[in-house]
Amino acid sequence: MGMYSEKVMDHFSNPRNVGEIENPSGVGTVGNAKCGDIMRMYLDINSEGVIQDVKFKTFGCGAAVATSSMATELVKGKTVRQALEVTNQAVMEALDGLPPVKVHCSLLAEEAIHAALWDYAQKNNIEIEGLEEPVNDISEKEEEEEY
Amino acid sequence: MSKRIYLDNAATTRTADEVLAEMLPYFQENYGNPSAVYGFAAESKQAVDVARKQTADLIGAKTEEIYFTGGGSESDNWALKAAAEAYGDKGKHIITSKIEHHAILHTCAYLERHGFEVTYLNVDENGKVLLDELKEAIRPDTILISVMAANNEIGTIQPIAEIGKIAKEHGILFHTDAVQAYGHIPLHVDEMNIDMLSASGHKFYGPKGIGFLYIRKGVKIRSFLHGGAQERNRRAGTLNVPGIVGMGKAAALAQKAMTERMRKETAMRDHLIDRILSEIPYSRLNGDRKDRLPNNANFCFRFVEGESMLILLDQLGVCASSGSACTSGSLDPSHVLLAIGLPHEIAHGSLRISLSEQNTMEEIDFVVDELSGIVQKLRRMSPLYEDFVKQNQERS
Repeated sequence: MGMYSEKVMDHFSNPRNVGEIENPSGVGTVGNAKCGDIMRMYLDINSEGVIQDVKFKTFGCGAAVATSSMATELVKGKTVRQALEVTNQAVMEALDGLPPVKVHCSLLAEEAIHAALWDYAQKNNIEIEGLEEPVNDISEKEEEEEY
Repeated sequence: MSKRIYLDNAATTRTADEVLAEMLPYFQENYGNPSAVYGFAAESKQAVDVARKQTADLIGAKTEEIYFTGGGSESDNWALKAAAEAYGDKGKHIITSKIEHHAILHTCAYLERHGFEVTYLNVDENGKVLLDELKEAIRPDTILISVMAANNEIGTIQPIAEIGKIAKEHGILFHTDAVQAYGHIPLHVDEMNIDMLSASGHKFYGPKGIGFLYIRKGVKIRSFLHGGAQERNRRAGTLNVPGIVGMGKAAALAQKAMTERMRKETAMRDHLIDRILSEIPYSRLNGDRKDRLPNNANFCFRFVEGESMLILLDQLGVCASSGSACTSGSLDPSHVLLAIGLPHEIAHGSLRISLSEQNTMEEIDFVVDELSGIVQKLRRMSPLYEDFVKQNQERS
């Protein structure tokens, strides 16, 4: 489709790290069926706090799948702290941009990483500086369109 | 990508060869303004007259009841706003349905901001307006009923004749948005008691940028565009002669070929529906199985999202459409799919396939074969499918 960059199309057509992790260190699901995008991120984090493996599943449009895929690439091999710094901006830039109506998809990718990290922190009873409890419904932030 | 398979004819159609051929002389040979006095203009004036008759004949209208416009949206806007203005003294209540095109719904919202009250009728699970609910909605101050002839997304054909009868019995104007129906299925303004009807040229193999509003003689609605005496003082602007000629020709072709087209399209449509429902699990047909446009099929595939399907189909050269939020630019999925009672996550997984007589059974088979794999691929990466499978495992 003409609306997406080549990188978005590449990550949509051949998404990286699709799947599940059994007994993950952390798993987070964000988005909702109402807005049409749901992302689930699984993390496998070792004792040094390094993300050894990451998998995702996404129900959503091309941009949602591509941002999930890119987000997994960006956090893989990183420490928890570094992963926290992967913002939606970083995901978008790595994909050579997204159409304006799809920016919320990249926010969802950031949220999914945070939600998985939050789950990891909860399970291990640790506090990760700068990490807030995830908001599940990002669509609440969107404003109604006037016509 | 070897060959394009175009299955989005509800969005627009390819202008027919005969239509284009008919239009071409009116760009460079007979380019005269039909409103002019000199003999040179007579050619284009006469062409407009012929086209007006062709356009009128298809719905049993008189030529002086056809008003050419810039398309379906303009016709819808004009019908509603002008009727509200003309009959506002009599009442401020309008009845429409929840599954109208946005050209109707947004115009109704506009009228609501200008002192009108609008009742939005529910539809049943197949997308049909409930006649009892319509009757109950009628008030002494109801001035207009506007219900589409056939739905653009799910293809359901409304009981227009019954609605027209009810409107007539109550002395209420009846407008129908027939953009998807005109040229595709039989319509008759007298038999169906239609007072106003909107249509658009490019939906039935005519050109884009031309449409018309049928206004029954005696309906006193005024001009929408001011600035000239064209169209019996009701629609200013130099006539789009090539467009009008093209739409007229398309109407004439439809008149001649409608039965055969309907037969061909219905056969392909039913083959498509039967194969998809039997071969792709967790799929459903949206819209009425029987009372539906011959060229429309609309499905939902659970656990997958519409735009993703469209992109994967596009990579195979297949053009289709979806009512998912992602394709509409808003966060909500199609208002039509929600109105027939689908939950959001299922409504997001819709796919509309709209045929033309140019399509073939081979194309349909190719699409079903590929779609099966596409849906599987997307389900493998769907968290909703994952949850569904796990729930089933737990149960068993």
